[in-house]
Amino acid sequence: MTTRAGVYEADEFAPGRPSAAAAAHAAAEARRHQVLMALRVLVGVVFLAFWEFASDRLIDAFFVSSPVAVGGRLWQWLSDGTLFYHLSFTLTATGLGFLLGSLIGFTIGFALGRSNDLATIFDPYITAIYCLPKIALAPLFIMWFGIGIESKVAVSAVIVFFLVFLNTYAGVRDVNPVHIHATRIMGAGEWQLLRKVILPSAAAWVFTGLKVSVPYALIGAVVGEFMSSNRGVGFLIAQSSAMFDTASTFAGLVVLAVVGAAINGGLKRLERHVLRWRA
Amino acid sequence: MAIEIEGAAKRYLRRGREIEALAPVTLTIEDGAFVAFLGPSGCGKSTMLNMIAGIIPPSDGRIVHDGRVVDGINRRVGYMTQVDSLLPWRTAEDNIGLPLELQGMAKPDASARIDRMLNMVKLEQFRRHFPVELSGGMRKRVALAQVLAYDPPTLLMDEPFGALDAQLKLVMQAELTAIWEESRKTVVFVTHDIAEAVALADRVVVFTTRPGRVQSVHEIDLPRPRDIFRIRFDRRFQELYETLWSALEPDIRREEDAA
Repeated sequence: MTTRAGVYEADEFAPGRPSAAAAAHAAAEARRHQVLMALRVLVGVVFLAFWEFASDRLIDAFFVSSPVAVGGRLWQWLSDGTLFYHLSFTLTATGLGFLLGSLIGFTIGFALGRSNDLATIFDPYITAIYCLPKIALAPLFIMWFGIGIESKVAVSAVIVFFLVFLNTYAGVRDVNPVHIHATRIMGAGEWQLLRKVILPSAAAWVFTGLKVSVPYALIGAVVGEFMSSNRGVGFLIAQSSAMFDTASTFAGLVVLAVVGAAINGGLKRLERHVLRWRA
Repeated sequence: MAIEIEGAAKRYLRRGREIEALAPVTLTIEDGAFVAFLGPSGCGKSTMLNMIAGIIPPSDGRIVHDGRVVDGINRRVGYMTQVDSLLPWRTAEDNIGLPLELQGMAKPDASARIDRMLNMVKLEQFRRHFPVELSGGMRKRVALAQVLAYDPPTLLMDEPFGALDAQLKLVMQAELTAIWEESRKTVVFVTHDIAEAVALADRVVVFTTRPGRVQSVHEIDLPRPRDIFRIRFDRRFQELYETLWSALEPDIRREEDAA
């Protein structure tokens, strides 16, 4: 028994033991990280400083505005409620479009992934619609659903649908048959197989689809607002540029960039948690 | 009579031609027997195992397991494959608990069982590790614990230790032997390693290729309990090894020439 235990231990890697060398290594890594972060901030500051300097000195401020003017406009929107009013409209359209599109995309992707016959029947139609630029559907949706939030939800849902559908389909197809057989032999019924093997296995794919589609949901909503709308960040940008108000146009773009980055950051953290088994 | 194989055969269609993967096999494996299927790759030994597990149906003949004809997935066996079948998104303990979960065992009972299994394969400290965080040998031990956790009467093992290095393989064989000598489950163990077959089994069924078929059956009369680490220096072990080698040799030479 003792000899056997001895052989085991030789094979095992010990989970990280603290040591002086490891501490020094960690400190060096931390310093390197700090330097990189400082450089990262510096790039932003230099860019803004150059923009401020160039405005009206190198290029007409009419075209490029300036960071101070854009910041002022953002502050004004923030304090008089304009930002919240338009942003809530855009985010609602994005959220609803994302929910609707991903729900339908997941369901159909799952069904076609599990059934070869259904996949064979629907393949050419789905491919044909997939090849269509989804934004081109926006005029149709505005005609159908009007200039309210419904048409923005529809544009955004259609884009999200395809991304989630394709990833779910691939994910369900990608389930390792060894896992399916092994789990069946252990006594799993169809429902258990679905819940314990197919869904978790496809989760990585589905999650990728969801993650990729969130920015597109935002694009869908904003494009809808560009074309025809009376509210939303897209409307704000379109209206400002129509009135040659560069500062407002840039302010609108900054809002979209910040929202997009925030959503992405949240998704990244969620993904790291959900897919932590991939290490 | 645990497993009765009655003229089971397998043919595949490939590019319009029928290929005989396994000629009809008739074989009886008694309750509590440790039987090894030995042969080179492509001899149909894994096909035979998959038919017992009900993963693929025989083209002819039938297999009766515990009095019931195998028709579809066979839930009365535990199956340990050569490739990793652990679910990568489950920790070691959750993988071991999977069959218990599927059978609806109550949580406290299941966790007591999981603890016992982890203890048996000496992986208590690694219970919350995901498969990617475990070494190859540790993954095999989790798979072994998983298959033993729900106590199936029959174990099917398809080269379970094939991917391990020589020393670790011995350790796992010793572990399996100790567990088997205590539980006396029916075991069908597929391998291409003559020494492994002789050391573990009570009976070795030799398969040959083109078409895959059973060439001969050998009783392994080495006494039990066996010491896996020393048994290969035993005179009788060496005799049996030579017998099996001469049974396999012509086939292996033929494959070499063909290649």
